[in-house]
Amino acid sequence: MKLSESFAMAVRSILSSKMRTFLTMLGIIIGIASVMVIVGLGNGMQNYMEEMFQSMGTNTLTVSLFGRGSNRSAGEEEMYEIVAENSQYLSQVSPTVSIQGAVKIGAETSDYTSVTGVSEDYFHMMGYTVSQGRGLQYIDVEKRLNVCVVGEYVNHTYYDGNAVGQLIRIGSQQYAIVGVMTQESDTLEERTTDDSVFLPYSSAAARLEGGEPTSYLVTLTDERYAAQGKAAVEDALYDIYGSDSAYYVMSMTEILDLMTDMLNVMITILAAIAAISLVVGGIGIMNIMLVSVTERTREIGIRKALGAKERTILLQFVIEAATTSAIGGVIGIAVGYGLSSLATMLVVALLETSMAVTPSADSIAMAFGVSAAIGVLFGYLPAKKAAQLNPIDALRYE
Amino acid sequence: MEPLIVFDHVCKFYQMGEETVRAADEISFTIGKGEFVAIVGRSGSGKSTCMNIIGCLDVPTSGKYLLQGRDVGQMDKNELAETRNHLLGFIFQQYNLLPKLSVMENVEVPLMYAGVPKAERRRRAEEVLEKVGLADKKRHRPNQLSGGQQQRVSIARALAGDPAVILADEPTGALDSRTSRDVLAMLQQLHREGRTVVLITHDNSIAITAPRIIRLEDGKVVYDGPARGKGALVTHEEVAV
Ligand SMILES: Nc1ncnc2c1ncn2[C@@H]1O[C@H](COP(=O)(O)OP(=O)(O)OP(=O)(O)O)[C@@H](O)[C@H]1O
Ligand SMILES: [Mg+2]
Repeated sequence: MKLSESFAMAVRSILSSKMRTFLTMLGIIIGIASVMVIVGLGNGMQNYMEEMFQSMGTNTLTVSLFGRGSNRSAGEEEMYEIVAENSQYLSQVSPTVSIQGAVKIGAETSDYTSVTGVSEDYFHMMGYTVSQGRGLQYIDVEKRLNVCVVGEYVNHTYYDGNAVGQLIRIGSQQYAIVGVMTQESDTLEERTTDDSVFLPYSSAAARLEGGEPTSYLVTLTDERYAAQGKAAVEDALYDIYGSDSAYYVMSMTEILDLMTDMLNVMITILAAIAAISLVVGGIGIMNIMLVSVTERTREIGIRKALGAKERTILLQFVIEAATTSAIGGVIGIAVGYGLSSLATMLVVALLETSMAVTPSADSIAMAFGVSAAIGVLFGYLPAKKAAQLNPIDALRYE
Repeated sequence: MEPLIVFDHVCKFYQMGEETVRAADEISFTIGKGEFVAIVGRSGSGKSTCMNIIGCLDVPTSGKYLLQGRDVGQMDKNELAETRNHLLGFIFQQYNLLPKLSVMENVEVPLMYAGVPKAERRRRAEEVLEKVGLADKKRHRPNQLSGGQQQRVSIARALAGDPAVILADEPTGALDSRTSRDVLAMLQQLHREGRTVVLITHDNSIAITAPRIIRLEDGKVVYDGPARGKGALVTHEEVAV
C-alpha cells in the first residue's frame, strides 16, 4: 500500500468527525500559537533594542577615567596616543565634557538643553552635520575659544532659525554661536539631540575642577572590533594606572550582546513554558486516538481479515495522528500570525514604540515539525495497540 | 483431488476459569481443491472456531493445519496476513462492511492491501460488482443498501482478490429465505467456476444442496460425507439454537 493512499485514508477519517478532530487539535493550536507569539515578541524586542543601540552608535566605546587607586593620571594626550597606536581597531577619539548649568538665551532659560564639550572630530564620529554656519575646528579647541554649535531645537525655539552670529549664555560665560547642527530627530522636541549645545572641550574643561576631561568617546574602525578595541584601550590604560579600577571602558556592542543574551534566556524559558501546552496537546491526541482505536476495533478486525498487516494498521493510525497534529500546527501558525499582528498593534498603541512582533521563518518551520513529531510520538502508542489487536477478537468486538 | 485444506488433529481450547472449553477437539479432515463443503452442527459445536482457523484468523492450540501444503502454524503474523489477503475470501453473517467507505471502496480494500494499483483496483472492483449485480450501486454507502445487497457487496469483496477459498460463516443467517437462495446460488456459481467453498449454515435447505457435509458436535467431527447420508442433517436443528 502506498504512502499517499495511507495519507488520503487518514485525511478522510479525520474529516469524518470534524468537531472531534478540532477539539483534539486545540492543544496543539494553542501551543504552537503561543510559542510563535512569544518567540515573535522576543524577536521584536531584540530588533527594537538593536535599532535603539544602533542609533546610539554601536561602533563606539565610551572611556571614563577616575584615576582611583592610582596617583598617575591619563589625559587627552594619552588617549590620542592610545587611539593612534591601535589604529587597526580604533579610528578617532574625542573628549566629552558634560557641563551642568543653566543655558540662557537673553532673558529666557532653557532647562533641559545639554551642553557638551567635544573635539573638532566629534561631529564626524557621531555622523552629525552642520546645516548653517560652520562646525567646531581645531583652532577653536586650541585657543579655547568661547564658540559653540547649537542643535536645531535651540536654533528654532530661541532664535527663529537664525542662531548663527548670536550669543548664548552658559553659566557665567557667553558663547558665540558659529553653527547649527542638522536636525537629527524626526520631530523637534526638548531633551533630544537637537536640544543641545556643543563647545570646544578645552573651554568646557577649563570650567571643571581638574581642568582635564575624564570622559572620552572612541570610534572603532569596524563594529566587529568592539571586543578587541575595548581590550586595547583597557590594556593601555592599565599600563598607565597600574590598576583596573581607575578607568572604565564601555562598549555598546558588548552591552547589546549582553542584553540579547539575557533576552534570549528569558524568551527560551517562556517558550519552554508555552511548549508544555504542546505536550498537553500531544496527550490529548493520544487520548482521542486510544478512544478511536477502541471504537474502531471492529473496523481493525475487518481490515486484518482482509489482509492488512500490523505495519499497515500501525501506519494508518500514526499517519492519522500526525496529520491531525500537523493540521493543528498549521492552524496554530495562522493563529500565531494573527495574534502577533494583534500584539504588534497593542504594543504600538500602548507603549508608543514601533516594535513589531515578528515570528521568524525558522520558528514557523520548527513549530510545524514539532507538531507533526508530537502526532507521531503520541499517536504511536494507540497505533501500536490497534496494530496488535488479535483479528478474531477484534472481529467479535461489539 | 488435490488437497487444499488439511486438518490434522486440530484442537482449540479456551480456558474459562477452572473449566477448559474444547471448542475444537482433535478435528481431522481434508478438503480438496474445488470442493463445496457445508459445516453444520448445533450452536456452540465449534463451527466458527473451525472456520476461523481455516481462515487464518486464529491459530490452533495443538494439531496441524496445512493450507496449500504450507503449515499455517509456522507462519508469522505478516505471512498470515498475506495468506488471508491472497488465498482467502471471507463472507460474514453480519456483512462486516466498512460503513464510511462506498460500496466500490469496500470491494477495493483487499486489493489495496495486496498493493494493486488504483486503476487496476477500480477495474477489478467494477468487474466483481457487475458479477453480483450491484454495478449501479457502487457509489452508495453500505447503510443505504438492503441486507441482501450488503451481503452481495461482501461476496464481491471476497471475490475481488480472486482467492482460492471462499469462507462463508452463516452468510444467509440475517437474510430472508428468498434472498438466502440468491446468495446460495451465487456461492454455487463460484463453486462451478472452480473455487473451493466452505459454508457454515444452520439452514438444512441450504446445507442439503452441498455435495459434502461435515457435522460437528462438541468440537468433534461426527459426520463427514454426502448430504443425503444418514446422520448428515438433523431435522429441526434451528430449534436448538
Ligand atoms: N474466545 C472464546 N473464549 C472462550 N470460549 C469461546 C471463545 N470462542 C468460542 N468459545 C466457545 O467455544 C465453543 C464453540 O464456539 P463456536 O463459536 O465455534 O460455536 P459455533 O458452532 O460457531 O456456534 P454458533 O452456531 O452459535 O455460531 C462455544 O462453547 C464457545 O462458548
Ligand atoms: Mg458461529
